[in-house]
Amino acid sequence: MTTKTQHYHPLHIALHWLMALMIPALFGVGLWMTGLDYYSSWYKTAPDLHKSFGILLALLLLFRLVAIRLFGKPAASGAGVLQKAAVVAHALMYGLLVAIMLSGYLISTADNRGIPVFGLFEVPGFGEFFPDQADIAGAAHLYLAWTLIALVVLHAGAALKHHFVDKDNTLTRMLGRRNAAASSPDNPEI
Amino acid sequence: MKKLLLAAAFAASFTSVANAADYVIDTQGAHAFIQFKVSHLGYSWLHGRFNTFSGDFSYDSANLAAAKIKLDIDTKSVDSNHAERDKHLRSGDFLNVDKHPKASFVSTKVVPGADGKFDLVGNFTLNGVTKEVTIAATKTGEGKDPWGGYRAGFHGTTSIKLSDFAIKNILGPASETVYLDLVVEGVRK
Repeated sequence: MTTKTQHYHPLHIALHWLMALMIPALFGVGLWMTGLDYYSSWYKTAPDLHKSFGILLALLLLFRLVAIRLFGKPAASGAGVLQKAAVVAHALMYGLLVAIMLSGYLISTADNRGIPVFGLFEVPGFGEFFPDQADIAGAAHLYLAWTLIALVVLHAGAALKHHFVDKDNTLTRMLGRRNAAASSPDNPEI
Repeated sequence: MKKLLLAAAFAASFTSVANAADYVIDTQGAHAFIQFKVSHLGYSWLHGRFNTFSGDFSYDSANLAAAKIKLDIDTKSVDSNHAERDKHLRSGDFLNVDKHPKASFVSTKVVPGADGKFDLVGNFTLNGVTKEVTIAATKTGEGKDPWGGYRAGFHGTTSIKLSDFAIKNILGPASETVYLDLVVEGVRK
């Protein structure tokens, strides 16, 4: 279990907001690039960047998981069913991220090709692990991404609800604010 | 008179079929290839192939005109040596393999030409559209193989237009025509 703490480590906060920018951007670019005209100047560039930023996101996710391990994180706000739902939603978002990254990797590497990252290095490919890998992974990549984005919207909505309706520190603690509220309402869970 | 001719033609085709040997295309040993090439931007060629197909033919060197061939192609097996491109080729943009998993060629007639060359005319079905195509073919050779069988090999080329098979050409005008290269080796049944 993570350490009991009332605040997020600054590294975790930085990673959270960086990912909050990158995830919707990757989603939007992913949808847009698959519909590009063959003669669009982005036809080759956009998928290259999508993959590069995807690998970067995987590294950030790894750092974030390490940061949680090292510094802990505050328990999800709220109480009862909603609090439990928040815990589940957070776990799902992490799980979906991993699954989306994995499925994306499996599309591009089904023929043993590696994935070049910003032209700096290449993530090696290990070929086909199962038949029709590129197609199955492709469908999974799309549907899992839509699921994640739906959760992200829920997540953002919940954060705003905590801030404006419950008027608690859920949102401000992710902005790095350590005000009095941050330490006062002890969470009943854990 | 017409009836008589028909009867004669029928009898002739019957006897020729009876004399012709039946061959199964050696996909088991992968001695047959369905390959294609299409222009890339007008600057170069992209080569690909279909890995999974099956078929048989009947052929008699004494009566080439009576030869017949039938070929079934698993469109999902398209292979251009690039997983992402193959995924795109299988999609609705090109081969639409979920809806049309099979392509086929069924010969309707053979027009013998000079030097062992012949025109193989038949119905080619791709993307759910059937169109007549003519394959310019030649016999490569035939004879006993070293393992107790008897083989005959043919080579054929033809070209199709994407628009003829309801495939919207998104690759540019140079890529409208797809050239097919068929290598067929049969083992006598």
